[in-house]
Amino acid sequence: MKGFRAVFKRELYAFFASPVFYVVGTIFLVLSGYFFYTSTAYFSLVSFQAAQNPYAGREVNLNEMVVKPLLDDMSIVLLLIVPLLTMRLLAEEKKTGTIELLLTYPIRDLEVLMGKYLATLLVIIILLAGTAVNLILLSRFGSLEWGPVLSGYLGLLLMAAAFVSLGLFASALTQNQIIAAIVGFGALLMFWIIGWIGSVAGPAVTRVVDYLSMLEHLEPFSKGVIDTRDLMYYVNFSAFFIFLSLRYLDSQKIRG
Amino acid sequence: MIEVENLTKYYGFLPAVSDLTFSVGQGEVVGFLGPNGAGKTTTLKMLTCFLPPTSGTARVNGWDVSRDPLKVREQLGYLPENVPLYQEMTVERFLAFAAQAKGVGKGEIKSAVGRVVEDCGLEQVQKRIIGHLSKGYKQRVGLAQALLKDPPVLILDEPTIGLDPTQVVEIRDLIRTLGRERTIILSSHILPEVSQTCQRVIIINKGRIVAMDTVSNLTTQLQTSRKIHLIVDGPPEEVLKTLSGHQGVLEAVPQPGEGPGRFLVEMDKEKDIRPDLARTLVEKGWGLLELKSQELSLEEVFMQLVTEEEGTRT
Repeated sequence: MKGFRAVFKRELYAFFASPVFYVVGTIFLVLSGYFFYTSTAYFSLVSFQAAQNPYAGREVNLNEMVVKPLLDDMSIVLLLIVPLLTMRLLAEEKKTGTIELLLTYPIRDLEVLMGKYLATLLVIIILLAGTAVNLILLSRFGSLEWGPVLSGYLGLLLMAAAFVSLGLFASALTQNQIIAAIVGFGALLMFWIIGWIGSVAGPAVTRVVDYLSMLEHLEPFSKGVIDTRDLMYYVNFSAFFIFLSLRYLDSQKIRG
Repeated sequence: MIEVENLTKYYGFLPAVSDLTFSVGQGEVVGFLGPNGAGKTTTLKMLTCFLPPTSGTARVNGWDVSRDPLKVREQLGYLPENVPLYQEMTVERFLAFAAQAKGVGKGEIKSAVGRVVEDCGLEQVQKRIIGHLSKGYKQRVGLAQALLKDPPVLILDEPTIGLDPTQVVEIRDLIRTLGRERTIILSSHILPEVSQTCQRVIIINKGRIVAMDTVSNLTTQLQTSRKIHLIVDGPPEEVLKTLSGHQGVLEAVPQPGEGPGRFLVEMDKEKDIRPDLARTLVEKGWGLLELKSQELSLEEVFMQLVTEEEGTRT
C-alpha cells in the first residue's frame, strides 16, 4: 500500500508540475464552457418561442436540452484529451529509464499501475468538477433536476476511467509519448464508433458491437438510468486494460 | 550475501550472460569489470529483479530473485546505469518519494531523507530541481536514493561514468566509506577505479567470467615477465646493445622522451637481475639516472585476459 501511495502522490505531482496538464485542462474547460453557452443560448431562444406557443412548451426541458447535449459534447472532448493526459504515464518513464528505478523498488507492478491510473482519474475528476460551475449557475436561474445530472457525471467519469486504462496500456507499449497518444486515441475512437458496423452487419454482430460500443453504454447514464450492465462494462473495460498493461510489462522484462 | 549460480540470460537467441557463477560475502566490495557489452549491466539487472534470468538462480541474503523478488528488492539499493531520475522533482521531494516507495514509515521519512542528504553531501541542493543539477550532484542524488532505508547490499552500475576528475574522486571516496559496513557490487570499465575501491574483481567478457580474484593476486599471477624502466646517460645505441646483450634480458626497447636515453627492459620473472644490470652500466662509465620496476597494471591484466579468451576461441 505504501508503494501505491508513493506512486500516486508522485504522479499527481508530475501532473501539476507539467505544462501539459494546464494546457489540456484549459482547453477542456474553454470548450465545455462554449458548449454550455451555445446549449443555454439555444434553450433560451426556444423558451421564448414556447412562451408564445403553449403546445411547444411541453418539449422544453433544461435537462433534455442543456445538460444532455453538454454531457455528450464533453464525452467527445474527453475522448480527445484523455490520451494526452495518459501518454506520459509509462512512455516517459521508459524513455528516461526511471522505470528501472520504479520497478526495482519493493513495489508490486500492479501498485505502480494503479497509482498511475488513479492519479490520472483524480486529475480528470478535478477537470470535471470545474465544469460543474456551469450547472450550479444554471440551477440558480432554471429548474434543473439534479438526479440525471449526477448520474450523467457518473457515466462520464466511468467512461473517462475506461479511457485512462486504455491510454495507460498504449503508454506501456512505447517509449514515444506521441505514439502512445495516437495509439490511445485511435483505439478509443474505434471503441466509440464500433457500433456503426451494426447497421450493415447481421443481428449477431450487431449485438456484440452494441455491447462493445462506448457510446451505447453512456447513453442510459445521461438519461438518469444507472444500469449494472453499463456499470460493469466500464469497470471490466478498465480492469481488462490494466491487466493487459501488467502482462505487457512482464513480457517486456522477459524479452529484455 | 549474494550467491549466483549458472545465471544465464538470452535476448532472443543472443546470449548476453551465460553460466555465471560467483558469490559475494558480507561486507565485501566487489568490482564487476568488463568491456562495453560484456554483460555487466544485464547481470546487475537480474540481481535487482528488473530482468528475470533465462535460467540459473541468484540469491540475495537468501532470497531468490525469481521466487521472492519483492524480498530481494527490500535488501537492495540500486543505482542504475546513467542514473535515471525524475527531472521535474526537487531533490527533497524525490528522496521523500523514494523513501515512501521503499516502505519507510510516514513519521520517519523526514529523518531518513535527512540522513542520506547528509551522507551524500546534498545539503545545499536539496530544494533545487533535479533537472537543473550538475551531473555530479545527480549522481549523488542517485546514490542517496539507493541508500535510503539503509539496505545491506548496494548495486552500483557505472557509478562514476561521465563525471569530471574531482567528482570521480569524491564519489569513489563516498563508495569506500559506504563499503565499510555494506556489501557493494559495482560495475565499471574503468580499471583504476576498481583497483582503488574494490577488494575483489570479477572480470567478465562476452557474458562469461574470465577471472575472479583480488587485484594483487591477479597481477602477480598473470605477470610472466618483469619490466623495468631505465634512464641512462650514455650513447644510446651502445647502451641499447649492452642492455639487449645482458644475461637474463628478454627484450630492451628504447622509449621516446626528452633528455638522456630511456629504455624499457623486459626480463625474466624468476631471476632479479637489477643489481647486475646496474653494475654493468656503471662500470661502462655511463650515468644510471633512473631504475624503476614497473608493476603490471590492471589494464594489462585485463587486456591479457580478454585477448586470451578471444585467442582460445578462434
